[in-house]
Amino acid sequence: MNGPRGRLRLVDGLALGVVGLRARRMRSALSALGVAIAIAALVAVLGIAASSKADLLAQLGEEGNLLTVAAGQTFTGNPTPLPTTAESMIAAIPPVREVTAVGNVSGATVRRTAAIPAIQTSGISVLAAQPSLLDTLSAQLLSGRFLGPLAQHYPETVLGYSAAQNLGIDVLGPQTQVYLGGTYYTVIGVLAPVTVAPEIDDAALVSFPMAAGLGLPRQQPTRIYLRADPDQVAAVAGVLPFTASPAAPEAVEVRRPSDVLLARIAAKTTFVGLFLGLGAVALLVGGVGIANIMVISVLERRGEIGLRRALGARARHVAAQFLLESAALALLGGLAGVALGSLATAVAARANGNAFSMPADAPLAGLAAALLVGAIAGLYPATRAARLAPADALRTL
Amino acid sequence: MSTVLELHGVTKSYPPPTAVTALRDVDLRIRGGQTVAITGPSGSGKSTMLNVLGTLERPSSGVIRIAGADTSAMSDRQLSGIRATRIGFVFQQFHLLEHLNVLDNVATGLLYRGLDARRRRAAAAVAIEQVGLGPRGRHRPAQLSGGERQRTAIARAVAGQPAVVLADEPTGNLDTTTGAEIVALLAGLASPDTTVVIITHDPSIAARMQRQVALRDGQIVYDSDPS
Repeated sequence: MNGPRGRLRLVDGLALGVVGLRARRMRSALSALGVAIAIAALVAVLGIAASSKADLLAQLGEEGNLLTVAAGQTFTGNPTPLPTTAESMIAAIPPVREVTAVGNVSGATVRRTAAIPAIQTSGISVLAAQPSLLDTLSAQLLSGRFLGPLAQHYPETVLGYSAAQNLGIDVLGPQTQVYLGGTYYTVIGVLAPVTVAPEIDDAALVSFPMAAGLGLPRQQPTRIYLRADPDQVAAVAGVLPFTASPAAPEAVEVRRPSDVLLARIAAKTTFVGLFLGLGAVALLVGGVGIANIMVISVLERRGEIGLRRALGARARHVAAQFLLESAALALLGGLAGVALGSLATAVAARANGNAFSMPADAPLAGLAAALLVGAIAGLYPATRAARLAPADALRTL
Repeated sequence: MSTVLELHGVTKSYPPPTAVTALRDVDLRIRGGQTVAITGPSGSGKSTMLNVLGTLERPSSGVIRIAGADTSAMSDRQLSGIRATRIGFVFQQFHLLEHLNVLDNVATGLLYRGLDARRRRAAAAVAIEQVGLGPRGRHRPAQLSGGERQRTAIARAVAGQPAVVLADEPTGNLDTTTGAEIVALLAGLASPDTTVVIITHDPSIAARMQRQVALRDGQIVYDSDPS
């Protein structure tokens, strides 16, 4: 039959979902807090990862045109030398902008003093380097200065970051010396970490003329660093083996150190997955909290449920009211969480010196996840509320 | 005058563990515009009678007609529609929503009719005047006396001009004087279009109604105006 029908306007139904929260503000705020913390964690993980990744990506952009050329290793693990002509030949390739060479002084060790046994090398190698190394690698000096004209004739050395740490050299004075290949060298500078050439970090750098005195034959380079026109990197890499060593191109290894950065980005992504998993667990706990509070709410509001049924609410109107309330609670938590997470990202980015970066879909995904959790959490309480017999519900005080 | 409420052979028994038969083969016809008191001791089936009359509970057997329509085959949707449009309830515990003011509580009585908020409030304002609560529209239930709360509940019941007002022990939580005022108010609501049915165990309240029906053990044992 087509009699009168219980009807609820959509706008009134939506309003009902919020009215219940306003009536119990403290409780609503506390149960939304659980979801807020979880969403904040999720958003912050995505945001912080994006911010530090943005930095690496920027670095990747700066370092993407850097190439290294080496000639493999000897049977004993020492680098084999490249032909002495290699550097000038490479510099002659048109798209090559900068080039610098280092030569491995295989026999020499570096120690703090002569009193330390020669066997304690601390893994520090001695590299002959050119003044152009600093610019080509975009390396920074932590303190002091780099190898200059004086270093061509006098025992001066610049230490890589890890080498300085291993030797216990913190502050440079005029008397700071290391025992290098049988003589004392004055330490004139310490480099900051060079991400794209970690072998520099573990080295003590001397000039090529001084290295010749330490046993490096005929200014032979063992590794060449170069920067090419960014658009021509692959083409340059293709011709490098023949250019560097026309006699034995197959022995030449060409590397692009920015691949290290790519690996780091990948490693960060792995951790993001782990933390997102933990955030999801937190969200689940928040959802259980909401479900819990909604079940209690249904028990407490039996009278209201009975009244609404008596006023003409259909069972599904009552279900919708509690479902909406649960979803609104979670959405509220989600909004607070996105705000908190963005704040945490901004603070972390500032503390780490990174630029703030937030993937555009992270806040949206956070809100959607909160809404979904709220809706699922509300299903059971809403069903219970709807199944309540009106007469039973009204009997309660 | 036409019959607005009709019970025919209505039996209501509850399943175990209670396993009580609250109504046994009850026949009752209530004409439009009457004021009726349904009386009886505790456990006589009064409240079940009100729930069944108000479609809050379905009978185990028998037929209930409201304004001529047989409710036994109706869906939840249709029964909700009957409650929203034809019946107004007044409860002993008032059942007001504490976070809403008087006007909005009364307007809630029209929420499930699909009227917009403006029209609900306009009708609510009229009903509030009708029960003598004019200046109290902005007050919350907590700021009202017991009598004022019940007046609010009555306004909510009549705001939609239902055919039947069902009141379940409406004076149960009120003192004698206030209770008498509320009964007078309810009796005064009766009109050719509005029937008032009060459930009470108080004979003095029952005496204020045009017709008295007494229940005992789920059966009608007295009817002052059988028709």
